[in-house]
Amino acid sequence: MSRISKIFSLLKSNNKKALIPFITAGDPSVEMTKKILHQLVDSGADMIELGIPFSDPMADGPVIQRASERALANNVGIRKTFEIAKEFRNTDQDTPLILMGYANPIEAIGFDEFLRLCKEADVDGIITVDYPPEESKEYVDKLKENDIDTIFLLAPTTEKERIQQIIKQATGFLYYVSLKGVTGAQNIDIDQVKHRVAEIKSLTDLPVGVGFGVRDPETAKAVASFSDSIVIGSRIIQEIEKSNENNMLENISKIIKSIREVI
Amino acid sequence: MDNYNFPDQNGHFGPYGGTFVAETLIEALDELKEMYNQFKDDKEFLNEFHHDLKHFVGRPSPIYFAERLTHKIGGAKIYFKREDLNHTGAHKVNNTVGQALLAKKMGKPRVIAETGAGQHGVATATIAARLGLECVVYMGAEDVKRQSPNVYRMKLLGAKVVPVESGSKTLKDALNEALRDWVTNVSNTFYIIGTVAGPHPYPMMVRDFNSVVGKEAIGQMDELEGKQPDAVIACVGGGSNAMGIFYPYIPYKETRLIGVEAAGHGIETGKHAAPLTANSPVGVLHGNRTYMMQNEEGQIIETHSVSAGLDYPGVGPEHSWLKDTGRAEYVAVNDDEALAAFHNLCKTEGIIPALETSHAIAYAEKLAKELPKDKTILVNLSGRGDKDINTVANIAGIKI
Repeated sequence: MSRISKIFSLLKSNNKKALIPFITAGDPSVEMTKKILHQLVDSGADMIELGIPFSDPMADGPVIQRASERALANNVGIRKTFEIAKEFRNTDQDTPLILMGYANPIEAIGFDEFLRLCKEADVDGIITVDYPPEESKEYVDKLKENDIDTIFLLAPTTEKERIQQIIKQATGFLYYVSLKGVTGAQNIDIDQVKHRVAEIKSLTDLPVGVGFGVRDPETAKAVASFSDSIVIGSRIIQEIEKSNENNMLENISKIIKSIREVI
Repeated sequence: MDNYNFPDQNGHFGPYGGTFVAETLIEALDELKEMYNQFKDDKEFLNEFHHDLKHFVGRPSPIYFAERLTHKIGGAKIYFKREDLNHTGAHKVNNTVGQALLAKKMGKPRVIAETGAGQHGVATATIAARLGLECVVYMGAEDVKRQSPNVYRMKLLGAKVVPVESGSKTLKDALNEALRDWVTNVSNTFYIIGTVAGPHPYPMMVRDFNSVVGKEAIGQMDELEGKQPDAVIACVGGGSNAMGIFYPYIPYKETRLIGVEAAGHGIETGKHAAPLTANSPVGVLHGNRTYMMQNEEGQIIETHSVSAGLDYPGVGPEHSWLKDTGRAEYVAVNDDEALAAFHNLCKTEGIIPALETSHAIAYAEKLAKELPKDKTILVNLSGRGDKDINTVANIAGIKI
């Protein structure tokens, strides 16, 4: 069983939901990213999504775009992201680490090299935003052969037949995008999300995580009542933007704890 | 190439093209594919399309024999397909008329577009006004500064222009932002992409709407010369005007197809916008796989060209395929050569060409010189240069 599946079953038996924060590697700096990763775990994160910076993050809203731009300005790309991941794994053997990114940096270094780096850093799962299943069969198969979970997005507009196709390729968990829009948007409709998550859960035993519009404990609590996990990204990155080096870890910790308490 | 029938049903041109988008866009693209397939051979739709091309755009555009230029160079005969004479001054309007009509058929009251130099934005705003559609145009903040007359033009036509402040603040970032808008407003919005890039079905659809250029040219060349040209030349940024004239010519094996990219300061300097000529790595951007300018870790790099319309790091996936198969050749012309061709054409033929088009003209001059007088070259004169006079004056150190 993968680290991700283990955590989900453990949480289930404790009647808890997985809290998955997202940050971008190298934002605001390589050193701070390393510290933030451990702080997230200490404050109650169950898994971590680490973004691979990309020059053209077309599914992301302005907050995560800025995180990518800051990381790139620090010369952090896909290889540096793996260095950060590897160092995290050296000191934390339990927390699943999921890399989230776009296809081009992966293709630029090549699938084989990407897999080698995933193994070396002991990465648990991959979300490749712009690889829908029909364009990524070979890649997904290779990841699976190497026991790396392939996590796919499902959208409010994804039709039932297609959900069934995607489920066949997916491992670890399914990531339900809670709204029509980009990351960090603010118009989440809880009832609609509830309805959709129920529909997805009727089709699979895989856990279902919800992200893209979760910004506060209230929303997190509501969404956690019918899903298996909450992904929270832009809200944390906003904290990174607002804070200085002295209070950043504390400010992030406060947010994570406030959500941890209610899910 | 006898039975050229690309793309396949999933939008692949050999290894290029495809649908590389987040799940959030899949449904919208499926809907678009379905509607386009339904309407592309629909008699009524095509009648409306061609009616607007004739009465609103002014088609067919003439083919013009550039006699003085030909004599000055002293080689092959040079002909121009005069897309610069279209309403709004470029080939771009062929595609926007087609897509806006499709938007109307799909019941979408709002259209969005990305634009670099502003030509596609103006063409979209124009047809949106004609059809009574709400129009929002995304334009890199840098380009908004560089192309203020076109920004005002779009506003006059009733469009809202949104400056894009992310990334390099140019065309590629405008495209990203338009995709983000589309994801958010997918139920009431049609995204009119301006070039033969983006996810399937855009490269095919934009090519099809622009292929009226090549289809007309084949008939017109037959009338004028009794034969097809030995070479067809077009500039390539994303590559919509080139695909428009190349596509109908693909079965004409005796006709060379030559795409001219922007060499900027020179391919060797790295400051250019010529991914095909420079043999850039293949990558994934804006929904398709194609040759693309990027660094070793797959970050898209900034391009350079004196013409904003060619300033794009990728290229339409069908061009990548035509390069690999050898059916088309790709060369590059630098800023100075393009500017020289611009000035030469103004004085020799009384035509002010767009700076984008000037790249194709510069290469046509080179090739004409090498060929005997009984050969013919057809250049797609894709746009007029009124929009570029400030840029050209600035380079010459003149304030107007």
